[in-house]
Amino acid sequence: MAIVELKKAKKSYGAVDIIHDVDLRIEDGEFAVFVGPSGCGKSTLLRMIAGLESVTAGEISIDGEGVNHVDPSERGVAMVFQSYALYPHMTVKENMSFGLRIGKRPKAEIDERVAVASRILQLDQLQDRRPSQLSGGQRQRVAIGRAIVRNPKVFLFDEPLSNLDAELRVATRVEIAKLHESLGNTMIYVTHDQTEAMTLADKIVVLRKGRVEQFGPPLELYENPDNVFVAGFIGSPKMNFFNGTVEKSGIVRVAGAEFPAPFSAKTSQPGSLVTIGIRPEHFDRDATPDATIDVLVDFVEHLGGTSFIHGRLADGERIIVERRDVGDLKSGKSIKAGFKMKDVRAFDAAGLRIR
Amino acid sequence: MLLPACAIVAFFLLLPFVLSFPMSLTNRRLIPRPVRFVGFDNYIQVLTDPIFWRALFNVTYFTVLVVPVQCGFALAMALLINQKIPGRNFFRGALFLPAITSIAVVCVIWGTLFQYPTGPLNQIIGFLTFGLAGPIDWLGNPNSSMPAIVLLSAWQAYGFQMVVYLAGLQGIPGDLYEAARLDGASTWQRFRFVTWPGLRQTNIFVIIITTIQAFKLFTQVNILTQGGPRDSTVTVVQYMYSVGFVGQKLGLASAVAIILFFIVLVISLVQRAVLRDPK
Ligand SMILES: Nc1ncnc2c1ncn2[C@@H]1O[C@H](COP(=O)(O)OP(=O)(O)OP(=O)(O)O)[C@@H](O)[C@H]1O
Ligand SMILES: [Mg+2]
Repeated sequence: MAIVELKKAKKSYGAVDIIHDVDLRIEDGEFAVFVGPSGCGKSTLLRMIAGLESVTAGEISIDGEGVNHVDPSERGVAMVFQSYALYPHMTVKENMSFGLRIGKRPKAEIDERVAVASRILQLDQLQDRRPSQLSGGQRQRVAIGRAIVRNPKVFLFDEPLSNLDAELRVATRVEIAKLHESLGNTMIYVTHDQTEAMTLADKIVVLRKGRVEQFGPPLELYENPDNVFVAGFIGSPKMNFFNGTVEKSGIVRVAGAEFPAPFSAKTSQPGSLVTIGIRPEHFDRDATPDATIDVLVDFVEHLGGTSFIHGRLADGERIIVERRDVGDLKSGKSIKAGFKMKDVRAFDAAGLRIR
Repeated sequence: MLLPACAIVAFFLLLPFVLSFPMSLTNRRLIPRPVRFVGFDNYIQVLTDPIFWRALFNVTYFTVLVVPVQCGFALAMALLINQKIPGRNFFRGALFLPAITSIAVVCVIWGTLFQYPTGPLNQIIGFLTFGLAGPIDWLGNPNSSMPAIVLLSAWQAYGFQMVVYLAGLQGIPGDLYEAARLDGASTWQRFRFVTWPGLRQTNIFVIIITTIQAFKLFTQVNILTQGGPRDSTVTVVQYMYSVGFVGQKLGLASAVAIILFFIVLVISLVQRAVLRDPK
């Protein structure tokens, strides 16, 4: 078990900088999730920690020891690949024990460790199968088993669920969460699925274009996003954003309506432009809203338990409102969506949060 | 769409092959003459000719040497040009050059290299051994003539195998190597446990193709040694050629062709069965 620390870690391919000065500290036993849009550098960052990618500048340490020049196999990490990367000509047992056999461990120890991992992952019956004779979910478990057998200080996962169907993905997600609970190792997990991130993580690292946008517990990111990007990325459906103008001290005008500003009067000059964010699920939750906004309904999505009302504000900006009970609401109708001022977030023209 | 291709294949490949069987049962000659059915006489004559057996032995010897040398070299070069080295495309092109060079040109080049006693190869050997190893009469000595042919044949033809190996190497997923690195596998172990098993199908293909090619050895020998010295480089195809075109006995030559076909067929089938994944 170990602390993983990155100090000004940087990665460039030739003249192109992919990772810019990332500072990060993942505590012992923590489950950290890297999220971000495709191409933002999640895999690259993970592979730098694994040692599969060299570090251009800065320092990575695991368990207090600088590992920039340590061989991947000696960093005490195990990785689960998106493609599983199982050795196709080896059986399940051979796959899981490969590292130990190469490391010339005693046979009794190898058998013991493989048996333990197989029991945890219910792979006992499949020991002599080859990867081609396994289902996707089983391959996934073998890949995780191979990582467990190595008894690493840090587990690294690169989008391990993206090749599974929706049902299996949820089940395996739960398995991984349980595994973390029982093993207690530090785990770093890459995904672009914010639901996976929210459900699994102790801490989420939101990445964008090779920079850390925010780092913190899931609820903290949900409640207190530092910027528009994080606010929009965390949560589903996405947070609604509206253009606002600071009227006079303490008042914001959005779509022709005026509201008390959700930030202190000192932080914004009258006349400056701001972005106001409200999550779909934060509308109409309270019988006594602080304010309401007029919404022209475009169409309604019924999900059973809840419904999403897609509509437009008076000035044409799009909005999604989540309601439990919509009755027979039709498109073309107008509704009033109420909200509490404590649920409103505001961002300046550069996208940074203003409080 | 397929019809023209099929027609061409049928007319130029299948038809001559099918026709050669009835021809092998006649005394047909190169010049037009009345043809007589002779049954299996031609086959008996071939199979009782010591030169044929010598040719078969030679070509087997050639194959046993050239397959590992040529495939091994091709694999080594494929591994080399599969690396991320600067000038990789230059090497890829340069290493493929011999394969597109006419075999006749290759023979002239190597004929010069092999010259006795002062050819470049002998000079290099003399230089490297401080004159201890005397000059070798590469093509003139029955002991070294076949190995010399092996050397030049492998050099000329490895490009094709190299390209096939390269394709095979690129078909092995890169993350297997990364997983093996994380598992602590050394470079050699990564080759042994990832590359080598990953090339299984490629190997089967390459070895069978090379074997078939080797059994058809002819041009090099015909240009450089004409089967000599002392029949040490006589090959089956060369035997067929001398019977058919020099001796003008087409029926007899057809019998040799049919026999060679079945030998190659059996060997390929056996190789495939042996090399196939046991599980
Ligand atoms: N070998 C390379 N040479 C140059 N650029 C590269 C190389 N590998 C990755 N990149 C670039 O680095 C950036 C980050 O890639 P990375 O694979 O880390 O993205 P990611 O966040 O994992 O995306 P995804 O969600 O699609 O997997 C991308 O813009 C990619 O084009
Ligand atoms: Mg990725």
